[in-house]
Amino acid sequence: MERAEIGEISLEVLTAGEGRTLLFLHGGDYFAQHREFFERLAQRWRVIAPRHPGFGGSTRPDGFRTVHDLAYLYLDLLDRQDLRDVVLVGSSFGGWIALEMCVRCLQRVGRVVLIDSVGVKFGGREARDIADVYALPNAELLRRMFFDPARAAPDYAGLDNDEATSIARDRAATALYGWRPYMHNPGLCQWLHRVRVPTLVIWGENDGIVGPGYGEKLCRSLPDARFQIIRQAGHYPQIERAGEVADAVERFARAEVL
Amino acid sequence: MKVWHFSEMAYHPAWPQLGESYRVIVPSRLYDPKIGADLYHRYLDEWALCDELGINIMTNEHHATATCADSVCTIPMAILARETKKVRLLALGMPIGNRNDPIRVAEEYATIDVISRGRLEMGFVKGVPFEISPANTNPAELMERFWEAHDLILKAMTSHDGPFNWEGRHFHYRQVNVWPRPWQQPHPPVWMPVGSPGSASEAAARSMTIGVLNTGWVRTPAIYEAYRKTAAETGRAVTLDKLAYMALIGVGETREEGWRRADQILGYSRTSGIVAPQFMNPPGYASDAQSAQALKTSGAGFRAGRIQSRDGRNLDPRTMTVADAIDAGLVFAGTPDDVFDQMRAFYDHVGGFGHLLMMGQGGLLDHKETVANLTLFSREVLPRVGEVAA
Repeated sequence: MERAEIGEISLEVLTAGEGRTLLFLHGGDYFAQHREFFERLAQRWRVIAPRHPGFGGSTRPDGFRTVHDLAYLYLDLLDRQDLRDVVLVGSSFGGWIALEMCVRCLQRVGRVVLIDSVGVKFGGREARDIADVYALPNAELLRRMFFDPARAAPDYAGLDNDEATSIARDRAATALYGWRPYMHNPGLCQWLHRVRVPTLVIWGENDGIVGPGYGEKLCRSLPDARFQIIRQAGHYPQIERAGEVADAVERFARAEVL
Repeated sequence: MKVWHFSEMAYHPAWPQLGESYRVIVPSRLYDPKIGADLYHRYLDEWALCDELGINIMTNEHHATATCADSVCTIPMAILARETKKVRLLALGMPIGNRNDPIRVAEEYATIDVISRGRLEMGFVKGVPFEISPANTNPAELMERFWEAHDLILKAMTSHDGPFNWEGRHFHYRQVNVWPRPWQQPHPPVWMPVGSPGSASEAAARSMTIGVLNTGWVRTPAIYEAYRKTAAETGRAVTLDKLAYMALIGVGETREEGWRRADQILGYSRTSGIVAPQFMNPPGYASDAQSAQALKTSGAGFRAGRIQSRDGRNLDPRTMTVADAIDAGLVFAGTPDDVFDQMRAFYDHVGGFGHLLMMGQGGLLDHKETVANLTLFSREVLPRVGEVAA
């Protein structure tokens, strides 16, 4: 895999395809399961998919502790590469990063796609908007994560040590950034009006981690957003329905007016 | 050699109803406060008896579990600080990486030290992985929090000229000023439970006393060796009083009686690891390499292999017999002579230690049997413990 150097930070990054730039920000897990989705996207876009600092083989400066650091890092990335009119796509935890970027600066962002995003808290203090993935038995976790776990859930037994270590690092880094407050920024909701850019909110119909009702609320909280359900898909519709999600991104991002 | 009596104050009446997890998700409706009160009082009575028997006292804490109903280690210590007069009081201890307020820890420890007129030994504990959920602390930052809290607590206990400032990564105070100051100067002895050579080295670099628990015949020597090596490298004297070992001890007038008591105390080992798998390895708690291994084995291997027989067989703590546990070095049991001989063999095998943390009560061992166990140990074994080094 290629690497991108941003200041002192060295990121694992997948770049593929040609054309307008699509920056994909991944979620907490299952990075390796995105191959088909990336291939589909690369047929139409220049895809940049960095692995976040601390994840996989990417380094993390000691001071990087919050999603705010990631948001500024990727805003820096857009500046340094002088990218314009970028299609910014974020899945799950990556959707949270995308939102944090957009409330800060929209200068280089043309369109936003949020896929089963987290990052915002809508319910009261005793409501659990986002399933506690760290407290779920594995079988239930997979049932909530995927429409069809038997097909989508990876088998880890055959991994080599490097691959397994990469995934362990993904999970530790997700915990580092998202443990408490759990997968959200309590202050973010009050700034969502700043995301004044056409936004598509995509949701897996069967997402048991953060349900479609949350997605609809998120959509309503954004100034220029529309909502699209992907059937027979869980928290990572781009893994279970790669072609369908890639098509949805395409239709949305190519449209002059929606 | 100092000897300490330790019990987890288990709420064992709930055990038959617990199924596959004895921790984290166990509903407290299974706890009957009337039975719980009786249990607290009997465990406290047993520790109070230690003051007469010449056995020092050790408490610990765990959370959201029926295996250990001592959820605040300083509460029984506060009671015992007044109820006892002679023996030393070891809290092993406070999970300072999981607690939100290190200043409160300094205050609790300093108060107990003063009430007991300088008998406190204070433990700082990283905490087992399934303590993360009850505290909801970030597992990926746990050790950073631990060491920052450690540094702050010691500075707070040893600063006597008014407030100081602390704006660290994890803890922020602008007027740190702990009252009371501790009785012992500069502060009570500091302990840390240790389960690996790496942790032992970290403790050695700070002259902490290490409490080594459940590591047995196979894993303990490397831990002590790491401590001695780092201490030597950093120019610190290694005295035996820096090394402690915990064993479950059942002593009887006959071998059968001692083994029967040990078998009941082993209820501790047989239950304490029964935890729903999703709480066994929170991300970031263990090293990347350990977590990678756990991923490949669906978590099955994460805590396996922790208890081994002398010939290297993995022992399942749930089904471990007394004979297995003696072989593994976790239990010393039998007649007073048996217990002494097993302890001496272990002592020689690991290169010596200065504290025996005796689990003299565990599991279903009842009050009468616990009193008999402690009393017989005090009468027949305690007078000889100095001979192990001979």
